[in-house]
Amino acid sequence: MSVLSNAAVLLGKELRTEFRSRELLTTTIVFVVMVIILFSFTFNSFSEDSRRFAPGLLWLSFLFAASLMLQPCFLREQSNDTLSALRLSVSDAFAIFLAKLAANTLFLLITEILLLPIFAALYNVQVVPVLHWLLLVFVLGSLGVSLAGTALSAISAQARMRELLLPLLLLPLLTPVLVASAEVTVGLLDRNPYMQWKGVGFLALFDVVFLTALWLFGEYLLEE
Amino acid sequence: MGKRVVTAAIVFAFVATATYASFYIAPTERTMGLIQKIFYFHASCAWAGMTAFLVCFAGNLLYVWRRGDKWDALGVASAEVGLAFITIVLITGPIWAKPVWGIWWTWDARLTSTFVLWLLYISYLLLRTLVEEPDRRALLSALFGIFAFLDVPLVFGAIRWWRTQHPAPVIMGGPGSGLEPTMRKVFFFNVLAMHILMGFLIAARYGLERLRCEVEAIQREEVL
Repeated sequence: MSVLSNAAVLLGKELRTEFRSRELLTTTIVFVVMVIILFSFTFNSFSEDSRRFAPGLLWLSFLFAASLMLQPCFLREQSNDTLSALRLSVSDAFAIFLAKLAANTLFLLITEILLLPIFAALYNVQVVPVLHWLLLVFVLGSLGVSLAGTALSAISAQARMRELLLPLLLLPLLTPVLVASAEVTVGLLDRNPYMQWKGVGFLALFDVVFLTALWLFGEYLLEE
Repeated sequence: MGKRVVTAAIVFAFVATATYASFYIAPTERTMGLIQKIFYFHASCAWAGMTAFLVCFAGNLLYVWRRGDKWDALGVASAEVGLAFITIVLITGPIWAKPVWGIWWTWDARLTSTFVLWLLYISYLLLRTLVEEPDRRALLSALFGIFAFLDVPLVFGAIRWWRTQHPAPVIMGGPGSGLEPTMRKVFFFNVLAMHILMGFLIAARYGLERLRCEVEAIQREEVL
């Protein structure tokens, strides 16, 4: 129980830090809007192709955004020299990861929800009738992205060329999330929307596997 | 030195015999003709590469739990050797696929997961070049190796569920599958030869890595 309460306190700290400046969220949102607009120039978004390609582009832009947004997650602690303090403040390093994970998932979700109307307008797809299912996919997908991303940003923060390294480590690792979420979204944006529960289950499986890995190996990631 | 030469000669003899057997002993396949011969090389390299990555995963786990430079050296040695084998697989695969399927590449479960695996281990080796401090390098790359290995079944599952084209497993693939007896013998001899080659290369690279670490440690002492 103490892990969860510690994590809750740390999550409060993460959110306070971000909402004081909002710099991370603002930059990410601007970036992701830019990417989605640029993608829309590359094909005729009023054709039938739009339904097939748009979900993939949507998730690709989320992944690009995440690989930038997750960058400061541990780097911030390092440049402020607060990592050791953080490490000493809790008995279990997993609490630190849980807090960062929750914060990152939340930031990603905010970005995704703000992007959704722009996406629907640009690519001419109907999102309102399937909104609740889309949100479910967003939550599970973002959780997967944040899980792998939080762990890897702890790794890349300790290396040289870290800005370039994180996407290189993260993007191949996220292939399953990209495929599964894009495929489920294709079904939801179809002319006759349908839900692929198999895909949702798969995303949940990915989340469980990486959450367990983070729980088992998290403390080693922050070893001094 | 003498021992190394003798071992190398034995390894060479195995690989040469296996190659001879696949060209002159195994019968020529009826529909595919000569191009099918590449299968003995392609599939046995794939098996050897996968075994090498399994060794790498074991080395990574042992480093995280037990520590000790030898596990790190085992990790890097087997990752590099595995990568070499998988590169061969990714080159010989399309050479076979073009005349048989009519295309060089397709998004199939085994192709894609092998390709992602290849990318992940390139990232693993890249990460190692970007962390200076030896202990930190060993720990971070071991952790990344573990995450990468856990990801592979998920990549495989994701692609398998949504798109697939690779021929159904011929070996251990269930009823109706199977090889002609001579082909089978030749194939397993090839697998054996490639594993012997893999073991030899890993041992050589392991020795090299240990020497490199020693040199690095001596240099470090000199500086201090």
